[in-house]
Amino acid sequence: MSEPTHETHNQHISQQFNQNLSELRNHFLAMGGLVQRQITDSVDALLNSDTSLAESVAATEKSVDEMERMIDEECTQIIARRQPAASDLRLVISTVKMISDLERIGDEAAKIAKMAIKLSDEGKAPRGYIEVRHISQRVTQMVSGSLDAFARLDANMALEIIREDSSVDAEYGSAIRSLMTFMMEDPRSISQVHNVLWVLRALERIGDHAANVAEYVIFMVKGEDVRHMKIAEAEQLISE
Amino acid sequence: MTQDSNTENTNERSHGIDISSLQRSDNNLRLEDEKVALKVEDLRLSYGEKEALHGINMTIPQNRVTAFIGPSGCGKSTLLRCFNRMNDLVDGVNIQGKVLLEGSDIYDREVEVADLRRRVGMVFQKPNPFPKSIYENVAYGLRIQGINSKRVLDETVEWSLKSAALWDEVKDRLNDSALGLSGGQQQRLVIARTVAVKPEVLLLDEPASALDPLSTLKIEELIHQLKDDYTIVIVTHNMQQAARVSDYTAFMYMGDLIEFGNTDQLFTNPEKKQTEDYITGRYG
Repeated sequence: MSEPTHETHNQHISQQFNQNLSELRNHFLAMGGLVQRQITDSVDALLNSDTSLAESVAATEKSVDEMERMIDEECTQIIARRQPAASDLRLVISTVKMISDLERIGDEAAKIAKMAIKLSDEGKAPRGYIEVRHISQRVTQMVSGSLDAFARLDANMALEIIREDSSVDAEYGSAIRSLMTFMMEDPRSISQVHNVLWVLRALERIGDHAANVAEYVIFMVKGEDVRHMKIAEAEQLISE
Repeated sequence: MTQDSNTENTNERSHGIDISSLQRSDNNLRLEDEKVALKVEDLRLSYGEKEALHGINMTIPQNRVTAFIGPSGCGKSTLLRCFNRMNDLVDGVNIQGKVLLEGSDIYDREVEVADLRRRVGMVFQKPNPFPKSIYENVAYGLRIQGINSKRVLDETVEWSLKSAALWDEVKDRLNDSALGLSGGQQQRLVIARTVAVKPEVLLLDEPASALDPLSTLKIEELIHQLKDDYTIVIVTHNMQQAARVSDYTAFMYMGDLIEFGNTDQLFTNPEKKQTEDYITGRYG
């Protein structure tokens, strides 16, 4: 199979079709940029007790939702008017799926922002912020990496994100365990730490969504569906 | 914090991305906002006893591509031919109603049909170049208008062939016979011949149905480029082609105009059930 490149996506005889597809890609990346900022803003708001920054995350969410609707409509119209085939079809179908992952990432960021406001009202930085900082850095990189893999049509880079997700999951597990122990030792902290657990949970979900995006990037580039597959099998498929 | 400073703050921090700046290039068109090129008023046409068009009312928007779709015998070609009085040539035809081009009825007694057909050009299904050179095919329309200046002819031929996206392929053999061109090239030559006399409206009757897929795409791309300068009306029995090239689509059935609107809308969410049945392939 010939893999798509940016050149092949721009070589249609119809200039209008080229334009539709490149607009679709740009809009997807713009939406990705928006949710990326939502994650960093919500985590910064939490770590610095910055409630006004936390409020701005909720405002950005409206823009993200609007973009999801707009891109969905674009995809519908491309299918209705252009009957895309092969790599074009995979691009459109993957985009439809990936934007719902991006939108969910935005939702998770909004949850973190909400917790940031709650925790800031309660004062006193509780336990678990070190874990939050570390995991948030990793998942932010996963999100930007998956967008990068999309922009470059790079399946190996996407595979790297999927690998990273299982290691983030492991780190999430151990953070949960240590916070559990802490709550058992100091039951007065339970309500606060409980909120931090929600934040960690949201970050872990963001990582999952980033990995989903990476899976669709692989589908786009290679035409192989690597969802619900062991990582070794996926590697095998891609290297073939 | 006051309400005002709050909104300001949020705006400042929503990362400066203005969603409205990301709108699509082919933004939603609305028929009501368009300039009118042709206006059809209660147009009825019968061949002898049989009525083929039962009172059509519509406006064809200027500098847009309007496609007519519908099953065989629905009257789409008949309607298209009314726009430059091609039906006048049919025996026993009876036409009532009006077709207004820039406000005046083209069926008025005073209208010179030859003049009308210069303003409203037509391209048919089968390419029909004259058995002359490529150059003479394009220059023909000007010559019959009495233009013989070599400079004017040369310029017009080059310009027309360029607008028909054919110049690069034929510029070295303008004096060769037009019949030596491929089908797709011949069709583009016919389009060049039609645009050479600078019509206002271009009628295309199944312009790509005799061509291979690649030539078809070239013609479609050409149609897209030509709409900046002309109003284009295309009849096609290929629905996907209508979806690809047109801004507005009219669906006709049994001599009636069933639905007419924005192509995006018509192909994603038509208003009439008959339209939906036709475009989804549910007609018996």
